[in-house]
Amino acid sequence: MMDFQSTLLAKARWRPWEFVVWLAAFALPLLWPSRALMVNEIAIVALFAMSLDLILGYTGIVSLGHAAFFGFGAYVAALFAKLVMPDPTVGLVVAIVLSGLLGAVASVTILRGTDLTRLMVTLGTALLLLELANKLDWLTGGADGLQGVTMGPVLGFFDFDLYGRVAAWYSLAVMLLLFLFMRRLVHSPFGATLKAVRDNRLRAMAIGIPVMSRLSVIYTVAAAIAGAAGALLAQTTGFASLDVLAFDRSADLVVMLVIGGVGWLYGGIVGAIIFKVLQDTLSTVTPQYWMFWIGLILVLLMLIGRDRLFKPWTWFGGAGKAVKP
Amino acid sequence: MLTILFDGIAYGMLLFVLAVGLAVTLGLMNFINLAHGAFAMAGGYLTVFAMQKLGIPFLLCLPLAFIVVGAVGALLERTLYRPMYAKPHLDQVLFSIGLAFMAVAAVDFFVGSSQQNIQLPEWLRGRTEIGDGALMLGMGHYRLFIIAICALLTVVLQLILSKTSFGARLRAAVDDPRVAAGLGINVNVVFLLTFAVGSGLAGLGGALGAEILGLDPTFPLKYMIYFLIVVSVGGTSSITGPLLAALLLGIADVAGKYFIPKMGAFTVYLLMILILMWRPQGLFTRKGGR
Amino acid sequence: MTGAKDSVLSASGLVMRFGGITATNNVSLELRRGARHALIGPNGAGKTTLINLLTGVLTPTAGTIVLEGEDITRLAPHRRVARGMVRTFQINQLFDSMTPLETLALVVSQQAGLGAQWWKPLGASSQVAERAGQLLEHFRLGDVARQQTRHLAYGKRRLLEIAIALACEPRVLLLDEPVAGVPAGEREELLETVAALPADVSVLLIEHDMDLVFSFADRMTVLVNGTLLTEGNPDEIANDPRVKEVYLGHGAVESEAQGGAANV
Repeated sequence: MMDFQSTLLAKARWRPWEFVVWLAAFALPLLWPSRALMVNEIAIVALFAMSLDLILGYTGIVSLGHAAFFGFGAYVAALFAKLVMPDPTVGLVVAIVLSGLLGAVASVTILRGTDLTRLMVTLGTALLLLELANKLDWLTGGADGLQGVTMGPVLGFFDFDLYGRVAAWYSLAVMLLLFLFMRRLVHSPFGATLKAVRDNRLRAMAIGIPVMSRLSVIYTVAAAIAGAAGALLAQTTGFASLDVLAFDRSADLVVMLVIGGVGWLYGGIVGAIIFKVLQDTLSTVTPQYWMFWIGLILVLLMLIGRDRLFKPWTWFGGAGKAVKP
Repeated sequence: MLTILFDGIAYGMLLFVLAVGLAVTLGLMNFINLAHGAFAMAGGYLTVFAMQKLGIPFLLCLPLAFIVVGAVGALLERTLYRPMYAKPHLDQVLFSIGLAFMAVAAVDFFVGSSQQNIQLPEWLRGRTEIGDGALMLGMGHYRLFIIAICALLTVVLQLILSKTSFGARLRAAVDDPRVAAGLGINVNVVFLLTFAVGSGLAGLGGALGAEILGLDPTFPLKYMIYFLIVVSVGGTSSITGPLLAALLLGIADVAGKYFIPKMGAFTVYLLMILILMWRPQGLFTRKGGR
Repeated sequence: MTGAKDSVLSASGLVMRFGGITATNNVSLELRRGARHALIGPNGAGKTTLINLLTGVLTPTAGTIVLEGEDITRLAPHRRVARGMVRTFQINQLFDSMTPLETLALVVSQQAGLGAQWWKPLGASSQVAERAGQLLEHFRLGDVARQQTRHLAYGKRRLLEIAIALACEPRVLLLDEPVAGVPAGEREELLETVAALPADVSVLLIEHDMDLVFSFADRMTVLVNGTLLTEGNPDEIANDPRVKEVYLGHGAVESEAQGGAANV
């Protein structure tokens, strides 16, 4: 008699390699202090990518404007530190809450329509926010950006050091916390309903899932987490500029997920790492023409077929054997 | 006031010529081609090059842009786009974004990032004014020229669609490609020709519009959203839908920038989002359109 | 046997107009408790449209729908499911990337009110796992339970389609051509399952297979061109000259052509 319950639970269980990966991540700033800033950047971008995966990979909402929430979170955190108080954790929480609120409002726009309309609407929302940020330059600093954001010590103890190690650990810690939350979410019944909505919205409705409500909730959550990532960026770099809202950001993000694999939280992390490393190496080779290489990678990836190439667990006859964390 | 209307119409007609290829591609092949703006840019740069280096007169550059860019479009359709038709929309979007990125970077590399200028022939510069005061209608001759050319193109397109056998085959293939193929219509040829013409028109639009819209390597990305607005608001099942949407957009943009300059493009984006929420299939699709 | 108080689902004067087409023309239907009620009619008669109206996928142009005494005409589809009205689809509507085990665990969780739970994994509840296991065994999906749905053979997919509906613990079950497209060898499994449904579940069955219809139904409604032609018990229907006329040329033969055609 097969034990169905343990099969179901096995999917949610932590695998040994996961512990290794996370330990290694936290050890990096210690072992390799000169790259701490890079680790910080990767952690932030990976968190951002995972938040997009929640709506794109798990729920099937095509969004080309996720940077709207990232940028919003960045500006909120920067302004909070400048105008209210420089404590990073409080600022982070405020950014998360406000980004979530923005996401809740914006979620109204993605409920109806085809993939194309959703694409347009999400793109439009991001462009709208970019315009706003540009025009409200008395608040945001406009094209010059918001400068001179000095942060207080994390949790009252840890001052941001010049190497960026505290920054890296701060970002990694936040990323880990939110990762744990997302991991629980995607393996829960709630997460399963998201996948059902993605696979077959009609049937999801027919088994009693309140589809509209699910879409709103997950969009809000994803916005809040993206806002957290943006806040981390502003706080660890002391700066917020218009490019946090640019289309580039949203496009880069989708590329990361495509590289790392959608529908898999670690896909966002893997994609972020590969992307950032690529960007770093290619930038030294051809600083201006980074866009060309990204374009080429995208074209080739799409022609080859992202399904086949970047899902190694399907290489060995995947029918149900491989279990994704 | 009337001048604003006039300018808006000119802008709208230009957007229409630029975007009509995208609308037909989407309606026909169900393919979201975000690299469409790159074809327009190619037409613009080709014109600049032809005029400055080869001394070809402006008027001749227009059909030249159409033909050359159309040919490039045909080549790309056959080699790169065709394998992508069956893939999911997200893949198509990313693919075309990739192409657009490549085009932008390549132009930046070879030509540099500064604005290109086109020297319009004498008879196209200048302006006629009728009436005066608030009701004055100031018509720039170039904009008048644009309206005339675009209107002519629209009529020709509509005639081709409704009166020729190619048009009939195209409409059949848009309605249902499998049935069309079953009726002996060579769907591949229809796709190829349509894509070529669509790209060619974009090239022509790029050449026409360089003076008004500006021409630099970021053109495809800057104006992509406008083309997409025309297509998603206008729907893809007719020519008149995108035409009306383009006119609306042109007028709204010009008027918005004039009356509320602080908000700029903000109003356009907001309008688009509201329209798409109210009518996700676009404002002008007939029932059953995509 | 008669009387409104035994009626579990009743639709009155349903009209559905799409632009110029009237797909459903003043149709009234009453489903009694524990019924085995068949809805028959030629292709394009509007049978699936009627199901779509009953389940809320379509909003009627006119008419009302009452479920267990409650007017549900404007109620959202997912809420009707919560009140016990469940349907299957003529063309399988499954979750391709999930396994049958996951699918059924999800449906059972949703049914148990756990659909919004985010902090415990799917399968944490042993009752959910047990019920899912029961359904898998009952529908002979145990051996494919851990494969992705997209890899299953058509017959198994069809079984899963029905299993999902039963996992919703329906009080009213609307079956849209359950054996459509199922190869003859696998029909037996499916037919047995349909016949073995609990007696207190009220079933409305759309089906073209007349053998199945006459062996299953205690009451039949005939729909032609969106209009109600007649209604009665199987004997009355079988002997009705108007019904015979409608089916002239179709006969009581197994029709496989209907498998792929979509009923409007």
